[in-house]
Amino acid sequence: MSNLTRLIYDLRFRAILYQVMAVAAVLFVAWYLYSNVVANLADKNIATGFAYLQREAGFQISTQLIPYQSSDSYGRALIVGILNTFHVSLLAIVLATIVGLFVGIARLSANPLLSKLMLLYVELLRNVPLLLQLFLWYSIIIFTLPNVRQAMQPIPYVFLSNSGLVVPSLNWSAAKSGVLACFVLGIIAAFLINRAATRRRISTGVERRNWPMLLAAIVIPTVIGILVLQPNWSVDWPEAGRFRLTGGATLTPEFTALLVGLALNASASIAEIVRSGIQSVKKGQWEAAQALGLHRREAMRLVILPQGLRVMIPPMTSSYLSMFKNSSLAVAIGYPDLVMVSTTTMNQTGQAIEGIAIFMTIYLSISIAISLFMNWYNAHVALKGR
Amino acid sequence: MTVLDNPRIGKPPINDMGYITTGMIGPDTRNRKETSIWTLLKPYVGTPLTAIVTISCIAVVIILAQAAISWLFVNALYVGTPQDCKTTRGVGVCWPFFAAKLRFMTFGFYPYDEHWRPALSMVIFLCTAFISMIPRLWGNKLIPLWAAAITAITVLMWGGIFGLVRVPVHTWGGLPLSFMLSFVGLVCAFPLGIVLALGRMSNLPAIKMICIMFIELIRGVPLISILFMASVMLPLFMPEGVTIDKLLRAQIAIIFFAAAYIAETVRGGLQAIPKGQFEAAGAMGLHYWQMMRLIILPQALKIVIPPLVTTFIAFFQDTTLVTIIGLFDFLDTVRGAIRDPAWQGIAVLEAYLFASFVYLVFSWGMGSYSRFLERHFRVGHD
Repeated sequence: MSNLTRLIYDLRFRAILYQVMAVAAVLFVAWYLYSNVVANLADKNIATGFAYLQREAGFQISTQLIPYQSSDSYGRALIVGILNTFHVSLLAIVLATIVGLFVGIARLSANPLLSKLMLLYVELLRNVPLLLQLFLWYSIIIFTLPNVRQAMQPIPYVFLSNSGLVVPSLNWSAAKSGVLACFVLGIIAAFLINRAATRRRISTGVERRNWPMLLAAIVIPTVIGILVLQPNWSVDWPEAGRFRLTGGATLTPEFTALLVGLALNASASIAEIVRSGIQSVKKGQWEAAQALGLHRREAMRLVILPQGLRVMIPPMTSSYLSMFKNSSLAVAIGYPDLVMVSTTTMNQTGQAIEGIAIFMTIYLSISIAISLFMNWYNAHVALKGR
Repeated sequence: MTVLDNPRIGKPPINDMGYITTGMIGPDTRNRKETSIWTLLKPYVGTPLTAIVTISCIAVVIILAQAAISWLFVNALYVGTPQDCKTTRGVGVCWPFFAAKLRFMTFGFYPYDEHWRPALSMVIFLCTAFISMIPRLWGNKLIPLWAAAITAITVLMWGGIFGLVRVPVHTWGGLPLSFMLSFVGLVCAFPLGIVLALGRMSNLPAIKMICIMFIELIRGVPLISILFMASVMLPLFMPEGVTIDKLLRAQIAIIFFAAAYIAETVRGGLQAIPKGQFEAAGAMGLHYWQMMRLIILPQALKIVIPPLVTTFIAFFQDTTLVTIIGLFDFLDTVRGAIRDPAWQGIAVLEAYLFASFVYLVFSWGMGSYSRFLERHFRVGHD
């Protein structure tokens, strides 16, 4: 018995004991919940398994990036929802970054009036809940814009009304995707050429004009793509019929409200991140750049911003991630994103667990991907040898 | 008048009282910088670009102020029926809407005659919170104060004793419900978050893995999905015959969500503690929990007070999401007031702006408090 008592005082034994107890507790709780779930599902006659994804959906989706009818399967409806989520999140990220950069740099201006005005903007957007901002934008769009029959026409062929913004649309086809791919390849080639030129300048001191080669790198693949694939450049012009507009592409009020609400809300936090990033660079760097003879704008581009980016990128990445997660609030204003399509599916089929598992898996994988990227970036730019 | 004319030259500087001073002997004739009007105006109109920016900002402020004043006071309707308000929609505030709907928006479906009870509860809560925010009063004396406040609030809201009418939980709504969800959520999530943070930094791999998985799982998904999970899946997790009130489900979801974020914040604070503190605690013979309780956590929590207040503000705003699962928090009662058939679509903007104003006031207040705490502890970031 005294052997056992001596064992309890052993640190390693206690460590293993605690871990075993913790894992056992977690497994027990998991088993308990699982058995309850199985019993309850059998009780309520709810099916399990993912077979419902092939059944016919039977509900319409207002915004579709790929063709979808109500006779398509639940699986396809989910894919439409996922594409909608990515669509609005990516656009909101781009818009928020642009506005946030502008507001952040304005916050740093020497003019106290501009700085205080931007502070008011940031504080207003950060202190009101996002859901409330979405409702506000949605009601502003619905109530101030005219009815579709008296739609405004700010520029010819662009109609603005309370059922959305209708613009002429380009008919997309595989050929145009090919041209887009060539364009992206051209941009990658330009980036590589720029890096090679920088390396040559650093090692040999020879600096040649870069921009003709960069321009050629971007334009030539695109032109080759257009000549080879020969896409059809037909445009769908919207026309005002008796009761509604036909043709063209529509930006629904839900999409616009979600985009504007998400982007402006995030632009406030991005503005603060940009400001704190630039302010985190020590004043000595400005003075050293001035001593080297750099103008203020050159100093900002070559000395301050690269160092500021190291501080800015991690919080900005988490801001992007939270924007992506906040796009799930679309369910409150009726934009058919992943969560809303999933909840409609769950209401119709009753299979809540599979539905929730699907969208949680998707959000979780995006989160983990972004976390991994951030860890790689932090390791990549970490100040070594300190 | 020069220095040499002064009779005190060459003698020790003695002032009127007869003491030797360290002051100056004669008048101060040092060169002083001129602060003229120009130096004051320079940031605003120094260069042409700055002048243009200043003029544009002033123009923007004047336009916004004019629009606000005309909307709030000049073109507003002060008395009238909903039909009268239709004419001023978008042009002026419909103040009769507030006269009719303010109490519903604030208190929800709580019985009309008993509205003094949630009002008094909110007053007690806010007073106790203000008292707790003063750093000089921090200490163990706050605990009985909070215990008394919470008992008083529970008695007031529930009723059933002291001659108060009993009010069932499902009629609670509006602003008191929002406060309750945030406050109870954060109070319960705080210890859970600290435990998770400690577990994440622990040396035991199994516990570390469990805590990491829990934190990353909850932080990686939107709050809405956790609320849906709680409201839809929690009944499936319970054994037969056990039902959980919808409010409790939302509260549990908010507690878990808040705990994960608080855990990450506290972990940042724990990482800022120098390793020497842990080693010194070990050298003094303290075991793990004593070390945490007496040495590490007090320092870590003091460091992370500003980010914690930011987390609290974010959670106060996130309680608006319970609208989506059908609970009558403040945002939902405001939307309910808009949907009232008599006021359908008439005072939408006024209602949402009122809700924004309330949230703005509380969030800005908490933000100012966070900045005050940063100055008080001098742990702000440069």
